[in-house]
Amino acid sequence: MSTVTSFRPRTRRNVELVLLLLAILIVLVAYLNVGLAIDGAFPPDLVKYGLGLLSLAVGFHLVLRWRASYADPLMLPIATLLNGLGLVMIHRLDLAYGRTGSHLLAPKQLIWSTLAVLIAAGVIIALRDHRHLRRFTFTAMAAGLGMLLLPLLPGIGRNINGSRIWIGIGPMSFQPGEVAKILLVIFFAGYLVQTRDVLSLVGRRFLGIALPRAQDLGPILIAWLASVGVLVFEKDLGSSLLFFGVFVAMLYVATERRSWVAIGMTLFCAGSYIAYLLFGHVQTRVLLWLDPFSAKAIAASDQLVKGLMGMAKGGLLGSGLGRGHPELTYFPESDFIVPSFGEEIGLIGLFAMLLLYVLLVERGLRTALGVRDGFGKLLAVGLSFSMALQCFVVVGGVTRVIPLTGLTMPFLSYGGSSLLANWSLVALLLRISDQARRPLPDDEDLAIASSAHTQVVSRQ
Amino acid sequence: MNQPIRRLSFIVALLFSTLLISTTWIQFVTAKQLDALPGNRRTLLDNYARERGAILIDGSPIAKSVPTKDELKYVRTYPSGKLYSQVTGYYSFIYGAGGGLEGSEDALLSGQSDTLFYRRVVDMVTGKAPSGASLELTINPKAQQAADQALGNQRGAVVAMDPSTGAILAMVSHPQYDPTTLSSHNLNSVEAAWKALNADPGRPALNRAIAGDLYPPGSTFKLITAAAALSSGKFTEQSLIPGPATLDLPQSTVNLPTDDHQPCGPGNKTTLTHALEISCNTAFGWLGLDLGGDKLRAQAAKFGFGDALRVPMRVTPSTVPAQLNAPQSAQAAIGQYDVRVTPLQMAMVSAAIANKGVVMNPYLVKDSRDSNLDIIDQTQPEQLSQAVSAEVAAALTRMMVTVVQSGTGTPAQIPGIEVAGKTGTAQHTTGGAPHAWFTAFAPAIDPKIAVAVVVEDGGNAGSEAFGGKVAAPIARQVIEAVLKP
Repeated sequence: MSTVTSFRPRTRRNVELVLLLLAILIVLVAYLNVGLAIDGAFPPDLVKYGLGLLSLAVGFHLVLRWRASYADPLMLPIATLLNGLGLVMIHRLDLAYGRTGSHLLAPKQLIWSTLAVLIAAGVIIALRDHRHLRRFTFTAMAAGLGMLLLPLLPGIGRNINGSRIWIGIGPMSFQPGEVAKILLVIFFAGYLVQTRDVLSLVGRRFLGIALPRAQDLGPILIAWLASVGVLVFEKDLGSSLLFFGVFVAMLYVATERRSWVAIGMTLFCAGSYIAYLLFGHVQTRVLLWLDPFSAKAIAASDQLVKGLMGMAKGGLLGSGLGRGHPELTYFPESDFIVPSFGEEIGLIGLFAMLLLYVLLVERGLRTALGVRDGFGKLLAVGLSFSMALQCFVVVGGVTRVIPLTGLTMPFLSYGGSSLLANWSLVALLLRISDQARRPLPDDEDLAIASSAHTQVVSRQ
Repeated sequence: MNQPIRRLSFIVALLFSTLLISTTWIQFVTAKQLDALPGNRRTLLDNYARERGAILIDGSPIAKSVPTKDELKYVRTYPSGKLYSQVTGYYSFIYGAGGGLEGSEDALLSGQSDTLFYRRVVDMVTGKAPSGASLELTINPKAQQAADQALGNQRGAVVAMDPSTGAILAMVSHPQYDPTTLSSHNLNSVEAAWKALNADPGRPALNRAIAGDLYPPGSTFKLITAAAALSSGKFTEQSLIPGPATLDLPQSTVNLPTDDHQPCGPGNKTTLTHALEISCNTAFGWLGLDLGGDKLRAQAAKFGFGDALRVPMRVTPSTVPAQLNAPQSAQAAIGQYDVRVTPLQMAMVSAAIANKGVVMNPYLVKDSRDSNLDIIDQTQPEQLSQAVSAEVAAALTRMMVTVVQSGTGTPAQIPGIEVAGKTGTAQHTTGGAPHAWFTAFAPAIDPKIAVAVVVEDGGNAGSEAFGGKVAAPIARQVIEAVLKP
């Protein structure tokens, strides 16, 4: 005789807690490692920082238990681990540069991390259901585009490292593109879930590909123009590729039509090529990318070469934390933090780190598969894919897969805007994943049961 | 929408796979090339953080790394100052390692060489600070000092080697420089020293013994012509050959006179031995015509001309021009017309004659040792070629002995020791002072040392110079330093 067992999805919150403790342990060991390597002594503030990190992470964990108990158990530990390792590297570079007082970057990053985690917890508490965000579709568009264009405003826009993707107010500087990324994903999700039927059903077939109608090309053309604008005026291929790539990916998921991908890629390649022909700074970037060791390229900039030398010196095993020379690279705690890690924890460590990102993105896509509403699916896909694409743009930039860009590595790089945006991104994913994994409430069960009843076919 | 999401996750996998490949490409596949790029400060810092191996002669260092308190941890010093500047080369934070063994054996000295891999792993496991390998040289310090003093303030070079092994006993190139000025950690003074070194018209950074601009060998090349003549079987050391006051060169308006414009023997004839003894231009010019350029070049090649040797510094190959017509062959036979040699090559010619015709591969490094002084690698003497037969070598030896006993090389005589040698006076610019040459070996029976000396532009004797007067005494002092107890 068989017994009926009802499947009860588990919350997996305990798994999360164990992984979280493990993540903090790894970070503390890394911190200890740096202290021993550079000062030859046990870092006296290890316990203080350990407790601080622990309370922050466990606090977030408790918020999840309280408000999103079915949320994905891997995302928080991964984000904590990456954020913590980034902090250790920034601290290590503080020591290497002999920074003191207000020039220390690690304490600032720590404050930003705290703020980012608090805001993320706030998102979990305040946003009970991700579908509420759909109401703000066009607000998000306006705010997102505004953020994206903000660095172009004279007075507050800043040219840093050749890209105009920063704004500065007084001593504070901010990369608004990071926040724009989330806002635009919300907009794309809201917009596409409305228009996907039109975009996907109408049109004719040509060469076996379903082509959209001419009048439906409007949105992709606008997104394309915006991305080319970013490339030309903000001089950043990375941001341009990121926004357009995420848009095309979401369009593809919404419409299930490969023709959008083909159209999008053609447009992007054509736009980039025209920009290459027209603008000197784009040509310089391409030269630095294709032939960074040539005398001409070195004369323009040797920052990529310095990063490559650092990674090469790290080799398979790395020099060990605190034992390499990441300080010889420019921007070793922001744009070039990946080469810094490559040098000190080696190829093996870098692989582990990249796999953490893969895992995070994969959990996000898993959430998209699991969640039941179209808006949630698109939102989860957009957020996860933007994370993946950003990793690709940053790591690909420093390893010569694509031209170097000014984007920062999520969670690792120094920078408040990046931390705030990426923790909020993870909070949104956690919120959606809670919805995706949560069993249907009883009344919904009933609703399904009753709807099922109408489909019962009598044998008689 | 789930199908495209699954496809998208495949694209994500592709993106990250690309990153795994690109990082592997940089950190594993091409890492060594990137490390070796010029101007890679990490490699430099790395090398400085490790104790660089010393360069030793009889166990006492001529280049060693001394701990310092600054960021670079070790500073390179050269206790003998200028004496070995072209042998050791320099090791500079700004300009890298070069100019001698520091450059050519950088991998061993810095500890990066693949042959040290096993020791590096052992050091890593045992927690021992890694260090580079030391090099023990074949140099005989007495010979080196004697050569240095004998050259004095004249420009030129001296190379001495052991004929039976090829071990280099002395390598001096004047003028010299002090490599310590380049290895200092005071980067401003290093920059100034570097500029001064490169601006010096005497070009002290050049190792004239193996890699200068090459010299015309003058009459020392007659050894090779004589070797070709004897090896051809048409001549013996007593063969009578024409030795007129002036040799008519065919296809040419230029004629070849003897140095004193007198015939070299009665009836315008001379024996081969006598021709070498007095360095008779017309007799050897005639031999050149008789043998032809190809035979001369083939004989020179057997002595090592054209070989890209490493001692382990790179040796510029000596050359005899290809496609010699008849008058050019006559000129080449007496060491003129674009024949170009290194002093090391001329020492190898003497050494081969001394060593029964066998040319030995010249080398400077006797062995390399790790930090425990355990020998890592020991250089084994190696035959390069058989230049002439043992009989021809013996005949040449007898002829060279007469040169020193009663010919142009009398200043090289040493009481109680039979020296075999050959002088050379190489015109290289019209009207300018000639280079003075002397190459020799001693004792004539069971030779222990072969030496070649070149003094640029006649040294202190100027245009009055001829090899016997200027270069032979220098060779004598080097030979004495090695053979006299």
